[in-house]
Amino acid sequence: MTEALLVALYIFVLAVFVGFEVIAKVPTLLHTPLMSGSNAISGIAVIGALIVAGRLATPFDKILGVAAVALATINVVGGFLVTERMLRMFRRSAPRRE
Amino acid sequence: MNAEPTRSIGLIISLTYLVAAVLFIVGLKLLSSPRTARRGNAIGALGMLLAIGATLLDQQIISFRWILLGLVIGSALGVWLAQAVKMTAMPQMVALLNGFGGAASAIVAAAEYYLLLQHPEQRATDVVVSIMATVLIGAVTLTGSLIAFAKLQELMPGRAITFPMQKALNFALLAAAVGLSAWLVVDFDRSTMFVALLALSLVLGVLLVIPIGGADMPVVISLLNSYSGMAGAAAGFVLHNNVLIISGALVGASGIILTQIMCRAMNRSLTNVLFGAFGATSATVAGDGVDRPVRTVRPEDAAVMLGYARSVVFVPGYGLAVAQAQHSVKELASLLEKRGVDVKYAIHPVAGRMPGHMNVLLAEADVPYDKLYEMDDINREFERTDVALVIGANDVTNPAARTDPKSPLYGMPILNVDHAKSVIVIKRSMNPGFAGIDNELYYNEKTAMLFGDAKKMLVAVVGEVSKS
Repeated sequence: MTEALLVALYIFVLAVFVGFEVIAKVPTLLHTPLMSGSNAISGIAVIGALIVAGRLATPFDKILGVAAVALATINVVGGFLVTERMLRMFRRSAPRRE
Repeated sequence: MNAEPTRSIGLIISLTYLVAAVLFIVGLKLLSSPRTARRGNAIGALGMLLAIGATLLDQQIISFRWILLGLVIGSALGVWLAQAVKMTAMPQMVALLNGFGGAASAIVAAAEYYLLLQHPEQRATDVVVSIMATVLIGAVTLTGSLIAFAKLQELMPGRAITFPMQKALNFALLAAAVGLSAWLVVDFDRSTMFVALLALSLVLGVLLVIPIGGADMPVVISLLNSYSGMAGAAAGFVLHNNVLIISGALVGASGIILTQIMCRAMNRSLTNVLFGAFGATSATVAGDGVDRPVRTVRPEDAAVMLGYARSVVFVPGYGLAVAQAQHSVKELASLLEKRGVDVKYAIHPVAGRMPGHMNVLLAEADVPYDKLYEMDDINREFERTDVALVIGANDVTNPAARTDPKSPLYGMPILNVDHAKSVIVIKRSMNPGFAGIDNELYYNEKTAMLFGDAKKMLVAVVGEVSKS
């Protein structure tokens, strides 16, 4: 168990560094889509919610599970769609020289 | 975890999670260029779909009825929100979604807690610690985000709300929450304590955000974004799920970077933003009681200045968005460009209510993004600019930030609008901005003040330019 925890910690720390590397280069122009897009990714909690909602357990557990799945799904679906909606609006000017 | 999945299914699930994690990283990477951003977002969504699909293979999952219910409700609300939200309301939307993500993580942790209550043999210290951390972070994210949402949506006053001993109380509550968590790690079965921890964390989220004023919202939103990621990662430690840990860490890191960028753009430390209650205290700085003369112009004068300029830089601030004047700005720009005027837009990093907000608002008004210049790039151009047109921006143009060590803004990076050959400021009145600080720019002899509602004034200027 401790070894599993250590591996998990390694993964966490390395992923934080990957995050810093990848995101530090995002220009101001895209900060809002970046935020809503990464927000959608943080809806990954939906996976945990699915497991809770799907296992055979008490009714209380089921209520928690459904609530968690619904909330995380709003996060995921809303986040990706609104990001797409924003990014669709970004366009370059027509390549005509004045 | 009970019901160990058969090895091959377990392997498929794990490998799919790995693919999902890679897709998230590639997706975020592609979000760093406007050409590839849409693909990046789609790749992230694909990763999420794969992760969800793989999870449904998990043999712990026996009943799909409840899952389906949650997925249908969540998808319907998510689609509706994404379609209905106005671009000016994006900060609220992101705040709300952050809150939901945090709540989902906290609920997952709570469900694990109650499961382990019934199965003492399955308790492991690392899982128990992670449960407490997830509940704490997730609950703070939830209520903190709801308060941020309420402030931005103007359901409650946007300014900083302070009371005596506020900091001491917050620290005490935080200490109490950490203490309760530690207690529960040792004495797991005390479920009333768990409820207390949850309640305390919810209260803490509220109290941490109410002392933060409207202009500091970009920092708060970024920070809550980071928290929602951290809550997800913590839930990953609870469930021993690597894709949760990786995605949570990525989002946590992204939120921290944006928080830093916002703090730097306001020349404030994070501690100062979180505990400084900027909006509440600094009203005393405004004006020294002496009426100083300003030069006012009419729309027709402004139209002449703009129409005969060779280069114009628009400096939009949040006031522009409030007045819904983005489209009028675009119209004016098109008109000027037809006359051969070179038009650019100068975007301060904190223009708007969240990082990059102004870029989205202008994109919505069909302004091409290659006309939008970041602060460092445009500041070199102001000296060669004939007219700088400031619309609804205030503090980010105040030269006192460069010159007056006594000013609260001193040291904040600003747009050097005063370096342009002439300046037109569209503004409702001489009232100071959010921070309550007088702007030296308005008394500059190069500056012409065009008083009135941003949209009405722009429409008037457009009318005058098209006449001439």
